Amino acid sequence: MRVTDMTTEYTTADGRRIGGTVMEMKNITLRFGGVEAIKNISFDIREGEIRAIIGPNGAGKSSMLNVISGFYVPQDGEVWYKGAPRPPMKPFEVAQQGIARTFQNIALFEGMSVLDNVMTGRLTHMKTGLFAQSIWKGKAEQEETENREVAERIIDFLEIQAIRKTPVARLPYGLKKRVELARALAAEPTILLLDEPMAGMNVEEKEDMSRFILDVNDEFGTTIALIEHDMGVVMDLSDRVVVMDYGKKIGDGTPDEVRNNQDVIDAYLGVSHD
Amino acid sequence: MPEQLAFTIEVFLNGLMAGVLYALVALGFVLIYKASGIFNYAQGVMALFAALTLVGIMEGQVPFAHLINAILGTDVHHFGWHVPAFLAIGLTMVVMIVLAYLVQRFVFRYLVGQEPIILFMATIGLAYFMEGVGDLMWGSEIKTLDVGLPQGINIAIDETTYGWFGYGFFIDNLDIVAAIIAILLVTGLVLFAQYTKQGRAMRAVADDHQAALSVGVSLNFIWILVWSLAGFVALVAGIMWGAKSGVQFSLSLIALKALPVLMLGGFTSIPGAIVGGLIIGVGEKLFEFLIGAPFLGGATENWFAYMLALIFLVFRPQGLFGEKIIERV
Repeated sequence: MRVTDMTTEYTTADGRRIGGTVMEMKNITLRFGGVEAIKNISFDIREGEIRAIIGPNGAGKSSMLNVISGFYVPQDGEVWYKGAPRPPMKPFEVAQQGIARTFQNIALFEGMSVLDNVMTGRLTHMKTGLFAQSIWKGKAEQEETENREVAERIIDFLEIQAIRKTPVARLPYGLKKRVELARALAAEPTILLLDEPMAGMNVEEKEDMSRFILDVNDEFGTTIALIEHDMGVVMDLSDRVVVMDYGKKIGDGTPDEVRNNQDVIDAYLGVSHD
Repeated sequence: MPEQLAFTIEVFLNGLMAGVLYALVALGFVLIYKASGIFNYAQGVMALFAALTLVGIMEGQVPFAHLINAILGTDVHHFGWHVPAFLAIGLTMVVMIVLAYLVQRFVFRYLVGQEPIILFMATIGLAYFMEGVGDLMWGSEIKTLDVGLPQGINIAIDETTYGWFGYGFFIDNLDIVAAIIAILLVTGLVLFAQYTKQGRAMRAVADDHQAALSVGVSLNFIWILVWSLAGFVALVAGIMWGAKSGVQFSLSLIALKALPVLMLGGFTSIPGAIVGGLIIGVGEKLFEFLIGAPFLGGATENWFAYMLALIFLVFRPQGLFGEKIIERV
């Protein structure tokens, strides 16, 4: 049983350090009534890497992300996190454990400004109690300032300073996606989950987003797990790729390995399943 | 200055004061509605329950005295002590927080994701249940509530206006206190929502449940928090209303007046609840004074608010401050 395998720590060609296993999915099965969305899937996520989950529509990618972030509870299998099995948890508890996520259809707080949205990402880092917060003295004030600094740094990093005070509802789609990334990043997560970060974007926006994902990983060393069905983008971004089709895992490895896997080629080219 | 105009101004001012109380009840509705999508029919009963509990604690009443006496054959009614008002208010607040917890734990936790109409039905049930419990706990006789707020005509205003218009305005001190407390309360709530961690989490939940979960906010905790805040607002409203007209079960009917207030102000807007409350308060008093009493035989205060709300429903269904209803076709 491998918990945290530090012996295989290595450095990538571009000089990033990839550490041991931080999360491991063990024989995950998820059913909705009679439909098996995920069938007995296992894979791991290592510290510092960009891990992609790809597959055609309906392959169960989003379900898998929802299992990791606690929105779905699998019927079978275990989620191991930081070397220990994770008991069934509510999504907010998963978030408090350092797993931040974005959503395919963008779930921002539309009524709030960009800065306020990013600040909500800091909620898990605010420790002062209700009473201290209400009378707003000393520690609470200091905490607010510190968290504000982190939020501003991330806003700068993702180049959204110009729209700091703009209500999110007024932003175009591409920028909303970036604000959502900023909010998730503000939590300084151990693992950052991105649900189709490039969905619905034009080429230029996709390039921007790819650059930001790489920069985040490089600059903060954040472990990133992302879902995408645009294969081209994923192959350039990720260190390792899991390929899913009809709820099953059909491939797992480096982009090159996956690209040459016959099952993967069949799935993407639409060979009939029989 | 003609006397009619002076009367009108006085009526206007009294309308504002009445509106403050409507606004307070409406505020409780908005808090819960924004954060959980539940239209809490029980808000008025919560005000009643808070007022009953406050009086009961202050006078050292034994809760469930009738029940205890009936079962045990005893004859207890009072502990024989009196609790000072500020302490009793604190204790009542504790009761309201426990109530918030129980409501969330035993009712709404099981109804998450249900249709709004089902949630609404649940609050109707809750309203009657709480009314029954309030009756059983504290008895149903009308009680006077005196927490030491100043009451009676404000002499200073009376004399000043007499100097100006030759006619002294009758403004009740209690109404002035109510207005000041309402302003403090609303300012406090807005500051809390804007600048504290819990306030931010509250706004997050009001905006998007899924996103709130993803940033580590417990919906359950926030819902208990908003029910507690609504309980606090209900307590304030209960104190004001109770001091004005005694603690009686008809107090729960003020919840119904909050309905037209919400239709005017919008169900999701705190400023809307305030402005809506003031408009209804002033509107019904002025209408009664200028049109109702001279031309329609009076008693228009009973229906004016609803008629105004009806007009709003036709021309601006989202209210003055509510979120625009946009439908894609």
